[in-house]
This record gives sequence, C-alpha cells and structure tokens, in this order.
Amino acid sequence: MYHYDEYDRALVFERVAQFRDQVQRFTAGELSEEEFLPLRLQNGLYLQKHAYMLRVAIPYGTLGARQMRTLASIARDYDRGYGHFTTRQNIQFNWVELAQVPDILQRLAEVDMHAIQTSGNCVRNITTEAFAGVAADEIIDPRPLAEILRQWSTINPEFLFLPRKFKIAICSARQDRAAIMMHDIGLYLYRDGRQQMRLRVMVGGGLGRTPILGLQIREGLPWEHLLSYVEAILRVYNRHGRRDNKYKARIKILVKALGIEAFAREVEQEWQHIKDGPAQLTEAEFQRVAEGFAPPRYAAQPDGDLDYGTHLAMDRSFARWVSRNVQPHKVAGYASVVLSTKPGPAAPPGDLTAEQMDNVADWSEHFGFGEIRIAHEQNLILPDVRKADLYPLWRLACEQGLGTANIGLLTDIIACPGGDFCALANAKSIPIAQAIQSRFDDLDYLHDLGELSLNISGCINACGHHHIGNIGILGVDKNGSEWYQVTLGGAQGKASALGKVIGPSFSAAEIPRVIEQIVATYCAYRELDEPFVDTVARVGLEPFKERVYARQPEVSTCAM
Amino acid sequence: MRNVIAIRQGQAQLVEGDSWQLLGEQEAPLPTGALILPLHRWLAQPSGYHGLWLGPDDDVESLQLWLGVLPLIAIDFPSFRDGRGYSQAYLLRTRLGWQGELRAVGDVLRDQLSHMRQCGFDSFAVREDKSAADALKGLQGMSVLYGRSVIEPRPLFRRR
Repeated sequence: MYHYDEYDRALVFERVAQFRDQVQRFTAGELSEEEFLPLRLQNGLYLQKHAYMLRVAIPYGTLGARQMRTLASIARDYDRGYGHFTTRQNIQFNWVELAQVPDILQRLAEVDMHAIQTSGNCVRNITTEAFAGVAADEIIDPRPLAEILRQWSTINPEFLFLPRKFKIAICSARQDRAAIMMHDIGLYLYRDGRQQMRLRVMVGGGLGRTPILGLQIREGLPWEHLLSYVEAILRVYNRHGRRDNKYKARIKILVKALGIEAFAREVEQEWQHIKDGPAQLTEAEFQRVAEGFAPPRYAAQPDGDLDYGTHLAMDRSFARWVSRNVQPHKVAGYASVVLSTKPGPAAPPGDLTAEQMDNVADWSEHFGFGEIRIAHEQNLILPDVRKADLYPLWRLACEQGLGTANIGLLTDIIACPGGDFCALANAKSIPIAQAIQSRFDDLDYLHDLGELSLNISGCINACGHHHIGNIGILGVDKNGSEWYQVTLGGAQGKASALGKVIGPSFSAAEIPRVIEQIVATYCAYRELDEPFVDTVARVGLEPFKERVYARQPEVSTCAM
Repeated sequence: MRNVIAIRQGQAQLVEGDSWQLLGEQEAPLPTGALILPLHRWLAQPSGYHGLWLGPDDDVESLQLWLGVLPLIAIDFPSFRDGRGYSQAYLLRTRLGWQGELRAVGDVLRDQLSHMRQCGFDSFAVREDKSAADALKGLQGMSVLYGRSVIEPRPLFRRR
C-alpha cells in the first residue's frame, strides 16, 4: 500500500481543521445552506432522507487492516453499527450527525484516510480493478499511477468547480474489471513493443440519464504525460462544458456535441502548451510511489496442497465456493478470495456490520499481508491467500455471513441504497434485491445458470449501474408511485454494452415473477453453456418480451 | 469598489478607498473615475484608463492584443459554483503572460479565496454582504498543494 509521508498527512489533518471551522460557521449561521453545500459535498457529506451520509474515500479500493478496523469503529461509535460499500469502491455511513463529522474525519486522518472529493462537481475517487497487483492476467500494476492521479486531483484549485462530477478509472489487465468505458476518463495501461508504458485514453463514458460508452481520444500516450493530458481534458471541459442544465453537464455531452474528433483537437491544442512542462512525471516519482505497492514477501508454496485437494474433493459446498469466489493469482500457491456481501435477504448488497469489518481485518492479517480490496461489485477481496488456507478461511467467512458462493451469479446483485436512504431515488432498491434473492435461493440452480449480472438503481443517476447489468432494473416514478423498468443485454468489461429496455415498467410485486420469466426464457433458448448475455445478443429481446408480457403466470425451471 | 482584498508585495491587505467602479451592460457611463467595463463596451473604446470586466463566456485568448494597455482585468464569478474563472485566470497568467492586477468579482467568498489565489488572482472584491476582514482568513488555504498552480508552477513531486 502507499504510505503517507509528512505532506500527505499534513494535508488530511489541515483539511479536517478547515472543515471543522466550516461546520462551526454553518452552525452559527455565518454560512448559508447554499454556501455550505459544496463545502460539505467536497468533504463527502450528503444530506439524505433521514440523516447526513458520509462517504469515505477508499482510493482505488485498497485498504489496510488498521484502516478497516477504523471504519468498524466509526460504524460502531457514530453510526448504527454498519457501513455500505459502494460501486465506486468507497464506503458510506448512513446515519451520522453533522456535529460529529469533524471528529470522524479526524479519526480517519489518523489512519491516512479522508473523505475529500467523494462528492461534488470535482474529480472523484480514482478507481481501478479490485485485483490490481495480484491478477494473473495483469499487464502492469495500475495502482502507482492511480495514486499519482489521486494526489494530483486532490484539491487541485483550478478544477474544484467543474460543470459536474468527474470520474476517472484506470485498468491494466486483459479483462477490464474497472469498467473504464463508463468513466469520464478511462485509462488503459499497457506496454508497447519496446516495453514502454503507454496509455490508451477514453473519454466521455458514463451512466446516468444519458448512458454512453467512452470513446478513444488517444492511443499510445507515454505515461510521463498522464497528468498534463488529463489536465488538458479537464481544462477544455471546465471552460466549455455546459452549466445551464445539470443533466447536460457531464463531459460526455460536450464530447457528443463537438464530436470526438473536434473534442480531441481542442484537447491536443491545449496539451501542446503544457505537455513538456513541470507536470511531466519523473521516473523518480513513479518509483517513489511504486515502492508502496511492491509485492509482499510471498513464501514459496507447494504446487498442490494435499489438505486443500482433499477438501475440494470431499466438500461440495467448499468446491462450489472455490469455483465462484476464488480468483487466480499471479504467484503460484496463492489465490485471491472474494467475500460476498450478498448473502440474500439477510443483508442489503454492500452492507457490512462493524463486527464483520473487524473479522475481515483479522483474516487479512492472519491469511494475507493485511490488505483488503473493495470491488466495484460491492464485494470485498482478500488478495493474497495461500491455497492451503482457503478451507479455514471459507469456514470463518461462512460463520460471518460472508461466504456465499455466488460471485458473478444472479444473486450477486449490485444495488444502490435506493429510496430507503437516498433523497434522489424514485424507488427503493434493497427490497427489490431481497425479493429476487429470496426467489432464487437455490444455489445449485444459480450455479447452473452461470454468469448473470443483475444491477439495480433506484433512479436515473444509475449508482447501481443498471445499464451494464445483463439484467438491469431501474426505479422510476409514475404519478408518485414506484415502478421498475427492466433492461436486458448490458455488459461490463471489454465487451461493454448498454442494456435495452424490454417494455413498460412493472410494480415491485411483479419483479420476482418477471425475473423468473426472463431466466426461464434464457433457459429455453440457450445453447450448451452459452452465457445469458450471449443468448440475449443472439436471439434478441423478442422472445423475452413475449414471455414477460404474455400475462400468463407461467413458471418454468431450467433443465439441469 | 468596496470590500476589496489585495495582495501587494506578497502581503494580503484590506484596501481602503478602492477607486474602481464596475459598470454593467445597461448602465449609463458615470461622469468620472476609473471604470471596469464589460468586454464589448471596453472594446468599443479601448483605453488604458478603464479596466476590463470579463464574463465566464468571454474568450481570454482574444485579449492578447490589449494586454499591454489594460490597467486591470476583473473576472466575474456569477456564482461561486461556476469554476470557469479559475481556468480563465490560469490562461491569462501563464499562457498570455498577464502581469497586471487580476481581480475576482461577483460571488467571491472566503472559502474559495485560496483557490483563486492559487490560480493567479491578486485582488478580490468580496461579496458586499460579507465581511472582507473575515474573508481574509480564507486566503491562506492549506500548506500542501499536490499539483501545480499559477503561483506554484512545480507540482509537489518536484518539491518533495
């Protein structure tokens, strides 16, 4: 992990003091609600339906055991004993008191954490994939550049009042697990023929009201120019992005209006002025930051562990968990483990209790090197687990409700907090997720269905990434009541696609039946082991529509 | 103008009796005194006597010709949440080499002053219902700047 030095530490502590003063002035009436709003947003503080919500940054989804314990202590001391991990690899506390927020931030600063720019019209948390540094298919570890970008974008005075929020993601694996096409800037890091690090830059992607996949603006950008190139994009956007309508203010609208060629020309022109200036990154800086991400001291492991092999052969539940929740590691004898936060109706997707957080922290030390990752699918990852330890870890995870073997399956639902918490939501998300999870509680059946992502957003802002779910569910408001629109065929990764609406929306009560019929249609049409999304692409929406809107209460199951 | 803070020889101070007057699009010209005029009004009668009032839509690059004549440039913040003025200031200072006074006017508030200063503003007409003495406290900002700015062109990684 990156280790703070005196500069990093001074910044977070000064920021706490600054915000403490701002809270005091607001409370004393010296700052109006309107004046205070962007200040609190840029410190991660939202006003939700019932209370303030604090969103804490987990830069590129990486945190240490000590930091996780601090999050647990905050959940316990300032919230109702739990926290919610988000699709942008952050954590939200839903029930905080304004007066206590400076103390919470102080506690975070003591473990090198903050909530800076987790909201507001500025550059947000830089994200990458949850398996960075350990994935078997990784080309280059993207975390050093992610950290360099985090620092550069933190309180960058020119870009704190952009037309709208701005999200940057970076990825460098054969599979794109960071959804870089869905970001305002998506960066793909690779090596050229001479082994030099280069970046493919995508711009103008995003979900929300107008979902658009990012377009390539540059190929082969030498990594030293990362900051100046991003600065050029931001300056063009800051000057020319729309500010008259918040729904038309994201960079994707500007890119669309100008066309990618004209937008790229503007950026190129701006970049020519700054590219060889002091913003050019140095090898020394890269090395300084990269040191923090040096691989831990892996111990040589025997290729096959007898106990592990025996458990795999003897314990079907364990084998099933391994098949879904364990990812290949670049070091022989190790694996990465995904702890599912989607146990079904027992807890909303992404929620962890303080006790669970403490346990995860303990496991990360006992079975790894004290590191934990947050996936954008809202699950937690222990990146470095010896294969011989998988069985005992699984047993512990099951005891804590974190051992559900459903990663990538239908019940591994991505959901925003929705109308239960969020002031923007049109409809609730969590009860919908739970109703679906209850309906599909047979793990054998789920495993037979295979890869199938289902994403739920409570409103058009798309925090639940419904557009890129194989099945997407969007909460909509119809004359004051809650309805749900269903999309099919969305996908993330390199084959990213936006789902298509199948027809009129449904009431909450109808949704489990609708999902069941969609799944049954898939079962009827799939060829061999064809994944759901491929079947949808091959047969189109028609067969699904026919089944779902036929109004015949028909229930069918997959043939095994 | 009232409520003006200026940085002179590196020192921030409240300005007593600032003589500049902002003149809007529609207002009739005042008989005497130094005015700050909207771009097209200033261009109608370019003069080294009157300053320029730049709106967020105005193109800074078009000022190149006049920089040798202008006594002052004021950049308008119609709302403190409109950040275009920061990029305009950056461009004026670095790309166009403007050395004269650069004043933030409009919705200018204590909690944004340090960002404005970083972007090259050296005077600030604080919104009139606010206390300039209080706003002065916001000018310092934080001791750490990761990136670079007009007044600190080297990013932290070159200073660390």
